Amino acid sequence: MVDNIKRSLLVALWFVFLTFPLMVVKVNTLKSIVEWRWMNMLWVAIGAFALSLVWRWAMARRQLKSKKAEQGEDESVKAGFATRLMEDPKLYKPALIVIALATIVFPLVVDIYQTNIMVLALIFVVLGLGLNVTVGLAGLLDLGYVAFFAVGAYTYGVLNSFYGLGFWTCLPIGGLMGALFGIALGFPILRLRGDYLAIVTLGFGSIAKIVIENWEEVFNGAKGIAGIPRPGFFGAEMNITSATTYTYYLMILMVVFAIFITNRLKDSRIGRAWMALREDEIACVAMGVDMAKTKLGAYAFGAFWAGLAGVIFAARNTYINPNSFTFMESALVLSIVVMGGMGSIIGVIIAALVLILMPEYLRAFSEYRMLMFGAVMVLMMIFRPEGLIANVRRKYTGRKVTTEDANA
Amino acid sequence: MEYFLELSSSGLVRGSIYALIALGYTMVYGIIQLINFAHGEIYMIGAFVALIVSGVLTIYGFSGVSILILAALIAAIYAAAYGYTLEKIAYRPLRNAPRLSPLISAIGMSLFLQNYVLLAQTPDFLRFPALIPDFEFMEPIAHIMGSAELVILVTSAISMVGLTVLIKYTRIGKAMRATQQDMVMARLVGVNVDNVISVTFIIGSVLAAIGGVLVGSYIGQINFYIGFMAGVKAFTAAVLGGIGNVPGAVLGALVLGLTEAYAAGYISSAYEDVFAFGVLVLILILRPSGLLGKAVKQKV
Amino acid sequence: MPETNNTLLEVKNLTMDFGGLRAVDAVSLSVSAGEIVALIGPNGAGKTTFFNCVTGIYKPTKGDVLVHPPEKKSQKINGFKSNRVTTIGMARTFQNIRLFQNMTVLENVMIGRHCRTTTNIVGAILRGKKTKRQERETVERSYELLEKVGLVDDADEFAKNLPYGAQRRLEIARAMATDPFLLLLDEPAAGMNPQETKDLDELIVRIRDTEKIAILLIEHDMKLVMNISDRIYVMEYGKEIAQGAPMDIRNNPKVIEAYLGEETDA
Ligand SMILES: Nc1ncnc2c1ncn2[C@@H]1O[C@H](COP(=O)(O)OP(=O)(O)O)[C@@H](O)[C@H]1O
Ligand SMILES: [Mg+2]
Repeated sequence: MVDNIKRSLLVALWFVFLTFPLMVVKVNTLKSIVEWRWMNMLWVAIGAFALSLVWRWAMARRQLKSKKAEQGEDESVKAGFATRLMEDPKLYKPALIVIALATIVFPLVVDIYQTNIMVLALIFVVLGLGLNVTVGLAGLLDLGYVAFFAVGAYTYGVLNSFYGLGFWTCLPIGGLMGALFGIALGFPILRLRGDYLAIVTLGFGSIAKIVIENWEEVFNGAKGIAGIPRPGFFGAEMNITSATTYTYYLMILMVVFAIFITNRLKDSRIGRAWMALREDEIACVAMGVDMAKTKLGAYAFGAFWAGLAGVIFAARNTYINPNSFTFMESALVLSIVVMGGMGSIIGVIIAALVLILMPEYLRAFSEYRMLMFGAVMVLMMIFRPEGLIANVRRKYTGRKVTTEDANA
Repeated sequence: MEYFLELSSSGLVRGSIYALIALGYTMVYGIIQLINFAHGEIYMIGAFVALIVSGVLTIYGFSGVSILILAALIAAIYAAAYGYTLEKIAYRPLRNAPRLSPLISAIGMSLFLQNYVLLAQTPDFLRFPALIPDFEFMEPIAHIMGSAELVILVTSAISMVGLTVLIKYTRIGKAMRATQQDMVMARLVGVNVDNVISVTFIIGSVLAAIGGVLVGSYIGQINFYIGFMAGVKAFTAAVLGGIGNVPGAVLGALVLGLTEAYAAGYISSAYEDVFAFGVLVLILILRPSGLLGKAVKQKV
Repeated sequence: MPETNNTLLEVKNLTMDFGGLRAVDAVSLSVSAGEIVALIGPNGAGKTTFFNCVTGIYKPTKGDVLVHPPEKKSQKINGFKSNRVTTIGMARTFQNIRLFQNMTVLENVMIGRHCRTTTNIVGAILRGKKTKRQERETVERSYELLEKVGLVDDADEFAKNLPYGAQRRLEIARAMATDPFLLLLDEPAAGMNPQETKDLDELIVRIRDTEKIAILLIEHDMKLVMNISDRIYVMEYGKEIAQGAPMDIRNNPKVIEAYLGEETDA
């Protein structure tokens, strides 16, 4: 313990040194003034000391855990509360009902502003679920996911402003366009290794933004497209409040739909192939899985949801411009997937809600939001790589049923 | 012709900066197969430290070249310290984790450092003092290549030669090469792999900081976000040349710098990034191991 | 080796270069239906590389790989991707075990069924009659295979939690799930204790006899090799230095020389 404190003091000292020029000194080159912010030094020292202590404790625990795992002391025996909740119908059924009820009454008890934020959070849930397939299940790191989101949003924006097409026509088109772009971009990079993939997808993401910004004739450049209609309901006239509420319910339906579909895919021939590809590409292909088809499927499927979400995003905001589609959005969706636990659907939903709603409600937090995301991504990788809620593998109980089948 | 030379010169300058950053990527990748996504932020932090130091020194009455040298020195020290700490916190605990984990950790670190500088300093662009003096002898060709540009080219060239000597002839250089070839073997023959990795991060960071100082005083302004694009470009350059390959990184950086300069000059500056990534994708499809990289078949 | 009409695999003058290194040098080999054929040789002889070329992991520099699937057209398959080779009917295991670590044991085997089933994304979402049937058959067949290799009780365990010997058997089950006519096993007994090796020995023979799958295996355990193989090929430094029945190989002076100093292994 004394040793820990001594070391943490040293760490604190090191961080005081490290952060000195940036945290303490601030120069105004125009007015030739130096501002010395000595208080910051104190905060850094205290913060670094405390964090170092926590870090040490956490690292020691982590080591203990991996040692235990090596000695075969199985941890899965004492499954976490969340896992138990999900596996026991007596527990999850009532929970599900409560959640469903809360979801339904939500827009009726809060004001339009809150509903609108919730719609945004739900859009990111869908984005998270989509990217979760590409990254979490298939293991294809995509740092330009926001490009497909933009494809969806601009599909609606452009088709509406040029041809007057409505929301319901554009929704499927947006999804398909997303998928199409997913395949088109996926194709040239099929053979790339994971880390090359990261940089190339990042490049595609920035290219998409540059093209939107500079192709004035179609996308109206940096000015963006305004006056995009909200979702319609059989041509009924709606004021903003009811339109927002309506969009909210639409989004809920879409999330349910997305959960349903990704769940089905996860436990299917395709989903298993995706996972196998993530686990070991060479072995997976050697077992007869077509790499190109499987990867393109994962890209297209992930991009499809981004396209759909994009259309809704455009409809929610009624205005889009290139600034909504930067690397930050891609990083945000990625942190949702990472935090949620790669491959885990419930984890992704919780992470999306937390990451989008928290900065909206804790204004003070919003300034530090990206800083925290960054830190959380690092810490999650080190201390809880399986995410908030680990992906639970399905158990197949086919054997007994099938022997009976054979007799019948 | 004049215009072409002008573009070439600016392309080379751009390329040398990319090269200084790309070397860090390529060395780290060569040893631990990690894209150090946060490397661009080290470059940015180097530029910021230089700006702060030179600001303070100017106000306290120092002048000219002494500022440049002190600023560059302190920036290099800080970049080294940041690089070292970065590796220890974000990558070392993940040495044996699946491949995606350290990469995500790196992306997290990149976000963290960007926003740390944003919050500690300012989101706005800061004016960077012109630290590089104007040489008289450059006057006649100043319209093609200015003094600052010359200094950038010369400094980068010296840094790269220095690095080559270090890798080829010093003890630590040999240890680095051994680790790059086979980490397990290197450890068996007594190389302290952890130290080698730390040193690699430190060297890469120092080079990036030099790049940061040069760019700052060349362009004249910096903000917290400059590291991101520069990092991506430098990484592109490293891949272009064949990642893990030191001369390759330099070659890739020059090719990339020239491509961008010509694209910006003859086509449109709005699309220069598109060209940069276009080149990257083309190379990866046609020659996945880069210009100078050796094609290796994964052992199964 | 004269080509009989039940030859399954016929490799002619296969050569593989890595840069300057010739890892496999004009090796010819054939396997007929109902055979267990062994490929032996000191470490680094190029046996695994030979497997990689035959199964489409590497594209051979020179030479031909011909397959004659039972009741189907013969094909030249060099340059085919490994998934096509597997779909044609040759499945393999890996020397350095390559299981899908974070999937369950059962799921690992189910992946083997991938190339024998057809559900696509839309089918998987709609989950119609055909999809359900295929899914049920996949589970059923996978359990069957686990039963054969003695892993049924671990079906829901993650592959990474299995002991070493069990992982090797799981690889065999996974390969068998692709309905091959030829199984290529790369050092299946490596790291196994004598009892496990003996069980493996029986398993391999059983696979040949009851499943009617021919077997080509790389193995260092001479006792196992001599016990079960019908014919043996010997490689050294990329070249094929001998072939024949176990008895002949045992007494072949070239082979003895190649193995000199590797006494412990042999
Ligand atoms: N992907 C590769 N790249 C370069 N050399 C390789 C590769 N795979 C194998 N080799 C080399 O080929 C030779 C044969 O290796 P291998 O086929 O694994 O031998 P064996 O399986 O008989 O022990 C060795 O010298 C090995 O280093
Ligand atoms: Mg081998």
